[in-house]
Amino acid sequence: MAEQQNSTVSGYASPAQIDIKQKGKQDSSKKNKGSLLQTVLYGSIIPVALIVLWELLSRAGVVPSNQLPAPTTILEKIISLGQDGSLWGHIWITTYRVFAGFIIGTVAAIVLGAVVGFYKKAEQLFDPMIQAFRSIPSLAWVPLFILWMGIGETSKVVMIAVGVFFPVYLNIVSGILGVDRKLIEVGKMYGLNTFQLVKRIILPASLPSFLVGMRSGLGLGWMFVVAAELMGASQGLGFLLVFGQNMSSPETILASIILFAIIGKLSDWVLKQVEVRSLHWQDRLEK
Amino acid sequence: MSLALRDVSRTFNGTTAVRGVNLEVEPGEIIGLLGTSGCGKSTLLRAISGLDSEYDGEIEINGNVSRQIQDTASFIFQEPRLLPWLNVLDNVTFGLTGKRKDKENRAIDYLESVGLRGKESLYPRELSGGMAQRVAIARALVTSPEILLLDEPFSALDAFTKMQLQDLLLDVWKKYQSTIVMVTHDIDEAMYLCDRVVILKGQPGEVEREIRVDQERPRDRGSEYLAHLKSEILECLDLNKK
Repeated sequence: MAEQQNSTVSGYASPAQIDIKQKGKQDSSKKNKGSLLQTVLYGSIIPVALIVLWELLSRAGVVPSNQLPAPTTILEKIISLGQDGSLWGHIWITTYRVFAGFIIGTVAAIVLGAVVGFYKKAEQLFDPMIQAFRSIPSLAWVPLFILWMGIGETSKVVMIAVGVFFPVYLNIVSGILGVDRKLIEVGKMYGLNTFQLVKRIILPASLPSFLVGMRSGLGLGWMFVVAAELMGASQGLGFLLVFGQNMSSPETILASIILFAIIGKLSDWVLKQVEVRSLHWQDRLEK
Repeated sequence: MSLALRDVSRTFNGTTAVRGVNLEVEPGEIIGLLGTSGCGKSTLLRAISGLDSEYDGEIEINGNVSRQIQDTASFIFQEPRLLPWLNVLDNVTFGLTGKRKDKENRAIDYLESVGLRGKESLYPRELSGGMAQRVAIARALVTSPEILLLDEPFSALDAFTKMQLQDLLLDVWKKYQSTIVMVTHDIDEAMYLCDRVVILKGQPGEVEREIRVDQERPRDRGSEYLAHLKSEILECLDLNKK
């Protein structure tokens, strides 16, 4: 440490040091690129091998193609759906439902979670009730929602919102309640009022837990959109599942499942990026 | 800035942690609260800071009796307590108000004086324990506190960093002439830094003795005078086994 101190005291801008710094930066960016490639490479070894195996087995006739079609057949199905234009409609409507539900559920969870987290009275009033509701499997609401709101968009979006609400709510409350008292004392020592404490200490400190809640909420959103679309829809990836079943076309079902996987993963990746950007300060295990 | 404690006691759920403490501190004086663990040193310091207002008795700061947090006081905790989502510079400016540029210039001055110039953009997770504690010191000093409260600020550090930071604290004190009250369980530290050492003892803790350290600073850590004083303090704490 003494060495570091000396170099900083004696002047920060000696050219040799800057050189080292820039070199370090270049190295690290190179390393990042390399590691991204590596991640993609390692991550795809097993799936690619499995797909190749599957294709070979299908071609050899080991698995009956009317039960489990070959990957190429599924790909053809997706392409043909894309060519007649219906694919985009399905993807769009499903994504729209998930995001509408996700946003409504998250906003409701933020409002209630913040109130319950900050005020003892609100916790006593609301939390037992919310916990009780949580123990109801959310799918049990489906018939009631359909009865109330019909089979249209509203009931689907509300259902997804209900599914998203709970993980986000629980994580916000535990995030707020888990803020380190020691950091709050630092704020108090500087004479911050309640509002400033919330804004400058409690919110940033509970952000990690909030983001975890959002990610698991989004996952549940995708689960619930399938349920909602299975119940009754004329469009959407969930509808494709039912449609494939009725037409006894497993390639349609598998195409839909694969599309769910891709879009679900993409949306999670977006949130993951938000998390990485906003939580870069966290001291985490790096393997 | 002067400070006076009059008959201060603090009771937690029926258990008295510290009882009947009286203390007068002159402006610019360095006072050490010394005692074994559990005798209420930190409790007393928290009462002075205003973080704890449930005590009995009176605490007067610069002639005002108040139980509120004083904006002329700064607290350095046992741990750095940096906000992990802010970088070093933003951590230091945390308690300041005003224009961003002014705040930053001020913070940089103080970072310079704790030897951390050039580390402004690091995040707390990238700092060693000693560096983090130096940032905490800069953060406490940047508001130009007239009274500085330290709760075992160097106890988690290795011996060399500790000595370095003790000297740093003295430099800062010389420059800004703040009144300092520090809690410590390190006898050498208390003798090296303080004008007066207040020894607390017992459970509930009471003031056992006040010892004045009559020696010009900088003091020689190994001097005979301090060694003699140390044995006196150990005697007083019943720690001198013969």
